[in-house]
Amino acid sequence: MKVYLDNSATTRVYPEAAELMTKVMLEDYGNPSSMHRLGVDAEKYIKTAREQIAATLKASEKEILFTSCGTESDNLAILGYAAAHKREGHHLITTKIEHPAILNTMEHLEKEGYEVTYLDVDHEGRISLTQLRDSIREDTLLVSIMHTNNEIGALQPIEEAGALIKKCNSKTVFHVDAVQGYGKNRIIPKKMGIDMLSASGHKIHGPKGIGFLYVKNGIRLQPILFGGGQQGGLRSGTEAVPSIAGLGLASAKINEGLEQERETLYSLRDGFVKDLLTIPDVIINGREGHETAPHIVSASFRDVRAEVLLHALEDKGIYVSSGSACASNHPQTSATLLAIGVEQALLDSTIRFSFSVFTTKEELDYTVQVLKELIPVLRKFKRG
Amino acid sequence: MEWKSFLIKYAEIGVKGANRYVFEDQLMKQMRYALKRCEGEFEVRKEAGRVFVDVTSEDYDYDETVEALSRVFGISEICPMMQYEEKDIENIRKEAVAYVGEVYPDKAFTFKVMCRRGKKDYPLDSMEIAASVGEALLAAYPEMKVDVHNPDVYLYVEVRQKIYMYSVAIPGPGGMPVGTAGKAMLLLSGGIDSPVAGYLVSKRGVALEATYFHAPPYTSDRAKQKVVDLAKLVSRYSGPVRLHVVNFTDVQLAIYEGCPHEELTIIMRRYMMRIAEEIAKKNDCIGLVTGESIGQVASQTMQAMLVTNEVCTLPVYRPVVGFDKQEIVDVSEKIGTYETSIQPFEDCCTIFVAKHPVTRPNPDVIRRHEAAVKDKLDELAKIAVETEELIVCRM
Repeated sequence: MKVYLDNSATTRVYPEAAELMTKVMLEDYGNPSSMHRLGVDAEKYIKTAREQIAATLKASEKEILFTSCGTESDNLAILGYAAAHKREGHHLITTKIEHPAILNTMEHLEKEGYEVTYLDVDHEGRISLTQLRDSIREDTLLVSIMHTNNEIGALQPIEEAGALIKKCNSKTVFHVDAVQGYGKNRIIPKKMGIDMLSASGHKIHGPKGIGFLYVKNGIRLQPILFGGGQQGGLRSGTEAVPSIAGLGLASAKINEGLEQERETLYSLRDGFVKDLLTIPDVIINGREGHETAPHIVSASFRDVRAEVLLHALEDKGIYVSSGSACASNHPQTSATLLAIGVEQALLDSTIRFSFSVFTTKEELDYTVQVLKELIPVLRKFKRG
Repeated sequence: MEWKSFLIKYAEIGVKGANRYVFEDQLMKQMRYALKRCEGEFEVRKEAGRVFVDVTSEDYDYDETVEALSRVFGISEICPMMQYEEKDIENIRKEAVAYVGEVYPDKAFTFKVMCRRGKKDYPLDSMEIAASVGEALLAAYPEMKVDVHNPDVYLYVEVRQKIYMYSVAIPGPGGMPVGTAGKAMLLLSGGIDSPVAGYLVSKRGVALEATYFHAPPYTSDRAKQKVVDLAKLVSRYSGPVRLHVVNFTDVQLAIYEGCPHEELTIIMRRYMMRIAEEIAKKNDCIGLVTGESIGQVASQTMQAMLVTNEVCTLPVYRPVVGFDKQEIVDVSEKIGTYETSIQPFEDCCTIFVAKHPVTRPNPDVIRRHEAAVKDKLDELAKIAVETEELIVCRM
């Protein structure tokens, strides 16, 4: 049995999206900037994808910018906004548990002379609105908070934060990294006070190498790539038409049945967590029920090394991740797990199971059954 | 200068007696193998006890070619060389002036012309040719000076079927051509030391096979891939490496269960040696090679090596035994294995390592503790040998 439970790393592409992309590559392969009919046909795919994505966010299609990935979206939002508004301030705010695409971009800005405040999180991975309020200053340009944490699935109070930011400083913009949250939650930027939002194709059953950035009308960015002036000069480079078409289709499809799919995931998750807790010495990180992401379970198995468990599960056809595989493949202590105060002995014993619309109850039952066989054996052979 | 030939100098082969041709032929074979991966066509030939490479195609990549040759053991120097058809002295003088004009943009150096005649019927003798060429150079480039004792540049002129001219020498790796000694089994771990050990043994003309101990799920497929990558890097020098991947998990777990924990590593090493020797013998290898260095870790003290060595009958070669870690690192950087070696994947030696492993194991004690589970371990080791996976690694 093959059980893929690493959907926060990447997902399987919807067959419909793959078919559409093949058609675009083989038949409608024109450059959208070309004057002739093939170019016009290609451009239509981009327009359709923009409309599809805009609809899911109740935004206007002009507010959707295509990028190469979630990382580029995050970089463009932060670097592009900071550069375009450097005369108005030098202060930014983010959290300690962001993806490296945010943290390393902030670190880069610090070297350029900007000042960055990193918000703490509690043991469940949530920021404090009081600390956020106290951190916003006259010269705060931007606040960036992730919607769903990629390692433990912690959800942030995005709507409350959005309102608070506008109340404290109407000029401060709010960026949300929704790479893990988009497609799992209904996110309406205008209602939630979000000015910019990053998302990625391959986390929602679209292709890799494509992402988008929602930029609210009126927000001014400086480009980080220079070239032929595509996408209003904000993101030069020939548009990746096949990937954009695939992303558009995946966005529409995952959002179509979102409410129902979300409930299904929550019920799968609740059952899985309950079963996991029947294994001795298992700790679930983060909140429970609807107060955490529907598709991520972070579990620590005392006295088991995560990497060994990962490979042992792999041997049984089950694919999971240890720490945050999305960021890199070299073993390092997870910033998120450290920030929520996971005890030292468990840092290297934590596995992330992440689900998708393709995950079934049978797969999760099989996983629990395999874990129940493996854990006692692995605990018998310890290091040291 | 557009070099179309190379004179290959070799050091130790020259002193071999009647079987010298065996070494030369093997060197030429290894050179042809190395050049096969380079762009262009080449002819490797022997003339009057010298080995030459002629570029026979219109185009080739000089840097790539020199790099490939500089990995062929047995070569001490690679001299890019010019060949001229016209043999009369006026032409030699003219070509020498053109040669120096192109190869040395800055003429402020001292030189000496060295001449050899293969054709003894040439009207001038060696001394006369050298003097005439030197004279022509001094006339053309007044900044140049002759120094017959310690010149900056030796310009060699050889009169054979054609005129050969060379003055530049690029160092080769030295050693002896692979295939002139026997074949050895390298215990390849994925660390820094064992690829260096393989390289050093291969440098003495030894062909290599390798054994890697894989311990899934404790070691990952990436760790295995890393070892394959290392074997490929070593194969740039040694030629193709047949890598035997042994599943070692069950042996390790049985030792864990049946032996004192502080002795786990040492008993594990004994089984590694036994398994490697078994595979070595099956594959006509007449020695084992390890990357051990005295005192580097607990299992590499002299006492530990006494205990691990006694299970083998084949000689165990430890070419880095007297190297400090930094010296091993230096070689690994030179041969290009360092970057791969330091990728952080766990290898089977560290997964169950005790907090305080024995550093001075007593052979009698180890033998006694091992004996308690030896039947089971031998059976598991036999299965490990039988189920090995063979991967042929070449660049």
